[in-house]
Amino acid sequence: MKRWLLWLPLILFLLVLGLVALGLVKPANRTVRSQLLGKAMPAMTLPAILLGHPGFHSSGGGPRLVNVFASWCVPCAVEVGQLAELRKKGIAIDGIAVRDRPDDLARFLSRYGDPYRAIGSDSESRSMIALGSSGVPESFIVDARGIIRYQHVGAIGPQDLGDVLRAYEAAQ
Amino acid sequence: MKRLAAFIFVLSASMASADSSLPPSRYADTQLADPRQEAKASALMQTLRCLVCQGQSIADSEAEVAGDMRGLVRERIQAGEEPEAVRTWLVERYGNWVSYRPPLAPVTWPLWAAPLVFLAGGAWLARGRFRRRG
Repeated sequence: MKRWLLWLPLILFLLVLGLVALGLVKPANRTVRSQLLGKAMPAMTLPAILLGHPGFHSSGGGPRLVNVFASWCVPCAVEVGQLAELRKKGIAIDGIAVRDRPDDLARFLSRYGDPYRAIGSDSESRSMIALGSSGVPESFIVDARGIIRYQHVGAIGPQDLGDVLRAYEAAQ
Repeated sequence: MKRLAAFIFVLSASMASADSSLPPSRYADTQLADPRQEAKASALMQTLRCLVCQGQSIADSEAEVAGDMRGLVRERIQAGEEPEAVRTWLVERYGNWVSYRPPLAPVTWPLWAAPLVFLAGGAWLARGRFRRRG
Protein backbone atom coordinates (compact mmCIF):
# COMPACT_ATOMS: atom_id res chain seq x y z
CA MET A 1 0.00 0.00 0.00
CA LYS A 2 1.37 3.35 -0.99
CA ARG A 3 1.79 5.80 1.89
CA TRP A 4 -0.04 8.66 0.19
CA LEU A 5 -3.18 6.53 -0.03
CA LEU A 6 -3.44 6.87 3.76
CA TRP A 7 -4.25 10.54 3.29
CA LEU A 8 -7.01 9.89 0.80
CA PRO A 9 -9.86 9.59 3.37
CA LEU A 10 -8.79 12.85 5.04
CA ILE A 11 -8.65 14.62 1.68
CA LEU A 12 -12.12 13.31 0.79
CA PHE A 13 -13.39 14.45 4.19
CA LEU A 14 -11.96 17.93 3.68
CA LEU A 15 -13.55 18.11 0.24
CA VAL A 16 -16.97 17.26 1.69
CA LEU A 17 -16.40 19.74 4.52
CA GLY A 18 -15.53 22.43 1.99
CA LEU A 19 -18.67 21.68 0.02
CA VAL A 20 -20.83 22.00 3.13
CA ALA A 21 -19.05 25.20 4.21
CA LEU A 22 -19.64 26.67 0.76
CA GLY A 23 -23.34 25.94 1.13
CA LEU A 24 -23.36 27.82 4.43
CA VAL A 25 -21.48 30.82 3.11
CA LYS A 26 -23.30 31.02 -0.20
CA PRO A 27 -26.73 29.39 0.00
CA ALA A 28 -28.19 28.16 -3.26
CA ASN A 29 -30.84 30.29 -4.90
CA ARG A 30 -34.11 28.42 -4.45
CA THR A 31 -36.28 30.82 -6.42
CA VAL A 32 -38.46 28.91 -8.84
CA ARG A 33 -38.57 30.73 -12.16
CA SER A 34 -41.28 30.23 -14.72
CA GLN A 35 -40.08 28.55 -17.91
CA LEU A 36 -42.66 30.48 -19.91
CA LEU A 37 -40.55 33.64 -20.28
CA GLY A 38 -40.46 34.51 -23.97
CA LYS A 39 -43.41 32.22 -24.63
CA ALA A 40 -47.08 32.91 -25.11
CA MET A 41 -49.25 33.31 -22.05
CA PRO A 42 -51.29 30.10 -21.59
CA ALA A 43 -54.90 30.55 -22.67
CA MET A 44 -57.15 31.16 -19.70
CA THR A 45 -60.39 32.88 -18.86
CA LEU A 46 -61.06 33.50 -15.20
CA PRO A 47 -64.45 34.60 -13.90
CA ALA A 48 -64.84 37.95 -12.20
CA ILE A 49 -64.75 37.81 -8.43
CA LEU A 50 -65.91 41.35 -7.65
CA LEU A 51 -68.50 43.65 -9.13
CA GLY A 52 -66.77 46.53 -10.86
CA HIS A 53 -63.82 44.45 -12.05
CA PRO A 54 -64.08 42.31 -15.16
CA GLY A 55 -62.64 38.80 -15.05
CA PHE A 56 -59.23 37.89 -16.41
CA HIS A 57 -58.56 36.95 -20.03
CA SER A 58 -55.21 35.73 -21.29
CA SER A 59 -55.69 37.34 -24.71
CA GLY A 60 -56.16 40.99 -25.61
CA GLY A 61 -55.77 43.87 -23.22
CA GLY A 62 -52.54 45.23 -24.67
CA PRO A 63 -49.25 45.27 -22.79
CA ARG A 64 -49.82 44.82 -19.09
CA LEU A 65 -48.62 43.57 -15.76
CA VAL A 66 -50.30 40.38 -14.59
CA ASN A 67 -50.20 40.22 -10.82
CA VAL A 68 -50.78 36.89 -9.08
CA PHE A 69 -51.95 37.82 -5.60
CA ALA A 70 -54.38 37.06 -2.78
CA SER A 71 -56.05 38.94 0.02
CA TRP A 72 -54.72 36.39 2.53
CA CYS A 73 -51.13 37.08 1.51
CA VAL A 74 -49.38 39.66 3.66
CA PRO A 75 -46.57 40.59 1.22
CA CYS A 76 -49.31 41.29 -1.35
CA ALA A 77 -50.72 44.00 0.92
CA VAL A 78 -47.28 45.59 1.04
CA GLU A 79 -46.95 45.36 -2.72
CA VAL A 80 -50.20 47.18 -3.59
CA GLY A 81 -48.54 50.57 -2.98
CA GLN A 82 -45.94 49.85 -5.66
CA LEU A 83 -48.60 48.58 -8.03
CA ALA A 84 -50.46 51.88 -7.56
CA GLU A 85 -47.25 53.71 -8.56
CA LEU A 86 -46.99 51.60 -11.70
CA ARG A 87 -50.65 52.23 -12.49
CA LYS A 88 -50.00 55.98 -12.22
CA LYS A 89 -47.25 55.57 -14.80
CA GLY A 90 -49.82 54.13 -17.17
CA ILE A 91 -49.28 50.39 -16.77
CA ALA A 92 -52.45 48.33 -16.90
CA ILE A 93 -52.54 45.89 -14.01
CA ASP A 94 -54.63 42.74 -14.24
CA GLY A 95 -54.91 40.58 -11.16
CA ILE A 96 -55.27 36.84 -10.68
CA ALA A 97 -56.72 36.34 -7.20
CA VAL A 98 -55.56 32.97 -5.93
CA ARG A 99 -57.95 31.06 -3.63
CA ASP A 100 -59.79 34.18 -2.65
CA ARG A 101 -63.27 35.09 -1.43
CA PRO A 102 -65.15 38.15 -2.67
CA ASP A 103 -65.69 39.58 0.84
CA ASP A 104 -62.05 39.17 1.83
CA LEU A 105 -60.88 40.65 -1.45
CA ALA A 106 -63.22 43.66 -1.22
CA ARG A 107 -61.92 44.35 2.29
CA PHE A 108 -58.32 43.98 1.09
CA LEU A 109 -58.83 46.46 -1.76
CA SER A 110 -60.63 49.05 0.34
CA ARG A 111 -57.93 48.83 2.99
CA TYR A 112 -54.78 48.85 0.87
CA GLY A 113 -55.94 50.43 -2.40
CA ASP A 114 -57.11 49.10 -5.72
CA PRO A 115 -54.72 49.40 -8.67
CA TYR A 116 -56.41 46.60 -10.64
CA ARG A 117 -58.12 46.91 -14.00
CA ALA A 118 -59.40 43.34 -14.04
CA ILE A 119 -59.40 40.60 -11.39
CA GLY A 120 -59.99 36.96 -12.21
CA SER A 121 -60.74 34.33 -9.61
CA ASP A 122 -58.38 31.35 -9.46
CA SER A 123 -60.05 29.27 -6.78
CA GLU A 124 -57.82 26.19 -7.06
CA SER A 125 -54.50 27.82 -8.04
CA ARG A 126 -54.86 26.34 -11.55
CA SER A 127 -53.95 29.51 -13.40
CA MET A 128 -51.11 30.17 -11.02
CA ILE A 129 -49.68 26.74 -11.87
CA ALA A 130 -50.40 27.20 -15.59
CA LEU A 131 -48.25 30.34 -15.46
CA GLY A 132 -45.36 28.54 -13.81
CA SER A 133 -45.77 30.64 -10.70
CA SER A 134 -45.03 29.00 -7.38
CA GLY A 135 -46.88 31.31 -5.05
CA VAL A 136 -48.19 34.76 -4.27
CA PRO A 137 -47.24 37.46 -4.99
CA GLU A 138 -45.69 37.15 -8.41
CA SER A 139 -45.90 39.49 -11.37
CA PHE A 140 -45.53 38.93 -15.10
CA ILE A 141 -45.14 41.53 -17.79
CA VAL A 142 -47.00 40.48 -20.90
CA ASP A 143 -46.57 42.34 -24.19
CA ALA A 144 -49.29 43.29 -26.67
CA ARG A 145 -48.88 39.99 -28.52
CA GLY A 146 -49.45 38.03 -25.34
CA ILE A 147 -45.82 36.97 -24.87
CA ILE A 148 -44.55 36.81 -21.28
CA ARG A 149 -41.52 39.10 -21.11
CA TYR A 150 -40.62 39.38 -17.46
CA GLN A 151 -41.28 37.69 -14.16
CA HIS A 152 -40.90 39.13 -10.70
CA VAL A 153 -41.02 36.59 -7.88
CA GLY A 154 -42.22 37.97 -4.56
CA ALA A 155 -43.54 41.40 -3.69
CA ILE A 156 -42.47 44.31 -5.90
CA GLY A 157 -40.72 46.60 -3.44
CA PRO A 158 -39.88 50.29 -3.97
CA GLN A 159 -36.37 49.18 -5.02
CA ASP A 160 -37.80 46.99 -7.81
CA LEU A 161 -39.86 49.70 -9.53
CA GLY A 162 -36.99 50.68 -11.86
CA ASP A 163 -36.51 47.10 -13.08
CA VAL A 164 -40.22 46.58 -13.61
CA LEU A 165 -40.61 49.86 -15.51
CA ARG A 166 -37.64 49.05 -17.73
CA ALA A 167 -39.02 45.60 -18.43
CA TYR A 168 -42.38 47.12 -19.29
CA GLU A 169 -40.84 49.63 -21.67
CA ALA A 170 -38.81 46.86 -23.29
CA ALA A 171 -42.02 44.91 -23.82
CA GLN A 172 -43.71 47.77 -25.70
CA MET B 1 -41.89 45.10 24.69
CA LYS B 2 -41.58 46.64 21.25
CA ARG B 3 -39.42 43.72 20.21
CA LEU B 4 -41.96 41.24 21.49
CA ALA B 5 -44.74 43.05 19.64
CA ALA B 6 -42.66 42.99 16.47
CA PHE B 7 -41.98 39.30 16.93
CA ILE B 8 -45.65 38.51 17.43
CA PHE B 9 -46.51 40.60 14.39
CA VAL B 10 -44.02 38.77 12.21
CA LEU B 11 -45.21 35.43 13.54
CA SER B 12 -48.86 36.23 12.93
CA ALA B 13 -48.02 37.65 9.53
CA SER B 14 -46.26 34.48 8.46
CA MET B 15 -49.11 32.39 9.77
CA ALA B 16 -51.68 34.57 8.05
CA SER B 17 -49.84 34.35 4.77
CA ALA B 18 -49.45 30.59 4.92
CA ASP B 19 -52.89 29.57 3.76
CA SER B 20 -56.07 30.84 2.25
CA SER B 21 -59.46 30.28 3.81
CA LEU B 22 -60.89 28.33 0.89
CA PRO B 23 -61.40 24.56 1.21
CA PRO B 24 -58.87 22.28 -0.51
CA SER B 25 -59.30 21.40 -4.15
CA ARG B 26 -61.82 18.61 -4.78
CA TYR B 27 -59.32 15.86 -5.52
CA ALA B 28 -56.58 17.12 -3.20
CA ASP B 29 -57.27 14.42 -0.63
CA THR B 30 -59.86 12.29 -2.38
CA GLN B 31 -58.88 9.28 -4.44
CA LEU B 32 -60.19 8.76 -7.93
CA ALA B 33 -63.04 6.26 -8.26
CA ASP B 34 -61.14 4.12 -10.76
CA PRO B 35 -58.36 2.29 -8.87
CA ARG B 36 -56.20 1.99 -11.98
CA GLN B 37 -56.33 5.72 -12.59
CA GLU B 38 -55.69 6.40 -8.92
CA ALA B 39 -52.63 4.14 -9.01
CA LYS B 40 -51.29 6.06 -12.02
CA ALA B 41 -51.98 9.42 -10.38
CA SER B 42 -50.47 8.35 -7.09
CA ALA B 43 -47.28 7.07 -8.73
CA LEU B 44 -46.95 10.36 -10.58
CA MET B 45 -47.62 12.46 -7.49
CA GLN B 46 -44.79 10.74 -5.66
CA THR B 47 -42.35 11.94 -8.29
CA LEU B 48 -43.47 15.58 -8.48
CA ARG B 49 -41.91 18.17 -6.27
CA CYS B 50 -43.99 20.48 -4.12
CA LEU B 51 -43.42 24.09 -5.21
CA VAL B 52 -43.14 25.63 -1.78
CA CYS B 53 -41.74 22.86 0.40
CA GLN B 54 -39.10 21.85 -2.18
CA GLY B 55 -37.89 18.82 -0.23
CA GLN B 56 -41.18 16.94 -0.41
CA SER B 57 -43.22 15.36 -3.15
CA ILE B 58 -46.75 16.65 -3.64
CA ALA B 59 -47.97 13.28 -2.39
CA ASP B 60 -46.26 13.87 0.98
CA SER B 61 -46.74 17.58 1.42
CA GLU B 62 -49.55 19.19 3.32
CA ALA B 63 -48.99 22.59 1.75
CA GLU B 64 -52.05 24.09 0.14
CA VAL B 65 -50.45 24.39 -3.26
CA ALA B 66 -49.44 20.71 -3.09
CA GLY B 67 -53.12 19.91 -2.57
CA ASP B 68 -54.00 21.98 -5.60
CA MET B 69 -51.33 20.17 -7.62
CA ARG B 70 -52.71 16.80 -6.53
CA GLY B 71 -56.14 17.99 -7.61
CA LEU B 72 -54.73 19.01 -10.96
CA VAL B 73 -52.90 15.70 -11.46
CA ARG B 74 -55.94 13.60 -10.52
CA GLU B 75 -58.31 15.58 -12.73
CA ARG B 76 -56.00 15.29 -15.72
CA ILE B 77 -55.50 11.56 -15.19
CA GLN B 78 -59.25 11.16 -14.79
CA ALA B 79 -59.75 12.98 -18.07
CA GLY B 80 -57.62 10.28 -19.71
CA GLU B 81 -54.28 12.03 -19.89
CA GLU B 82 -51.12 9.93 -19.58
CA PRO B 83 -49.00 10.57 -16.46
CA GLU B 84 -45.95 11.45 -18.54
CA ALA B 85 -47.97 14.07 -20.43
CA VAL B 86 -48.93 15.69 -17.12
CA ARG B 87 -45.29 15.61 -16.06
CA THR B 88 -44.24 17.22 -19.34
CA TRP B 89 -46.89 19.91 -18.90
CA LEU B 90 -45.50 20.79 -15.47
CA VAL B 91 -41.87 20.63 -16.62
CA GLU B 92 -42.75 23.10 -19.39
CA ARG B 93 -43.76 25.52 -16.65
CA TYR B 94 -41.30 24.91 -13.85
CA GLY B 95 -38.39 23.18 -15.53
CA ASN B 96 -36.98 19.75 -14.64
CA TRP B 97 -36.81 21.01 -11.11
CA VAL B 98 -40.45 20.07 -10.53
CA SER B 99 -39.87 16.41 -11.38
CA TYR B 100 -38.03 13.96 -9.15
CA ARG B 101 -37.17 11.86 -12.20
CA PRO B 102 -34.20 13.52 -13.89
CA PRO B 103 -34.12 13.06 -17.68
CA LEU B 104 -31.03 11.66 -19.42
CA ALA B 105 -29.30 14.83 -20.65
CA PRO B 106 -25.68 15.99 -20.85
CA VAL B 107 -26.04 17.75 -17.47
CA THR B 108 -27.32 14.61 -15.79
CA TRP B 109 -24.90 12.11 -17.35
CA PRO B 110 -22.65 12.11 -14.26
CA LEU B 111 -25.70 11.39 -12.14
CA TRP B 112 -26.73 8.39 -14.22
CA ALA B 113 -23.16 7.21 -14.69
CA ALA B 114 -22.22 7.46 -11.00
CA PRO B 115 -23.66 4.04 -9.97
CA LEU B 116 -21.82 2.32 -12.83
CA VAL B 117 -18.58 4.13 -11.96
CA PHE B 118 -18.90 3.14 -8.31
CA LEU B 119 -19.70 -0.47 -9.23
CA ALA B 120 -16.68 -0.60 -11.52
CA GLY B 121 -14.48 0.92 -8.80
CA GLY B 122 -15.78 -1.61 -6.29
CA ALA B 123 -15.15 -4.48 -8.66
CA TRP B 124 -11.62 -3.23 -9.25
CA LEU B 125 -10.95 -3.04 -5.48
CA ALA B 126 -12.47 -6.47 -4.87
CA ARG B 127 -10.43 -7.99 -7.68
CA GLY B 128 -7.24 -6.76 -6.02
CA ARG B 129 -8.25 -8.34 -2.71
CA PHE B 130 -9.13 -11.70 -4.27
CA ARG B 131 -5.94 -11.87 -6.27
CA ARG B 132 -3.78 -11.33 -3.19
CA ARG B 133 -5.63 -14.05 -1.29
CA GLY B 134 -5.35 -16.55 -4.12
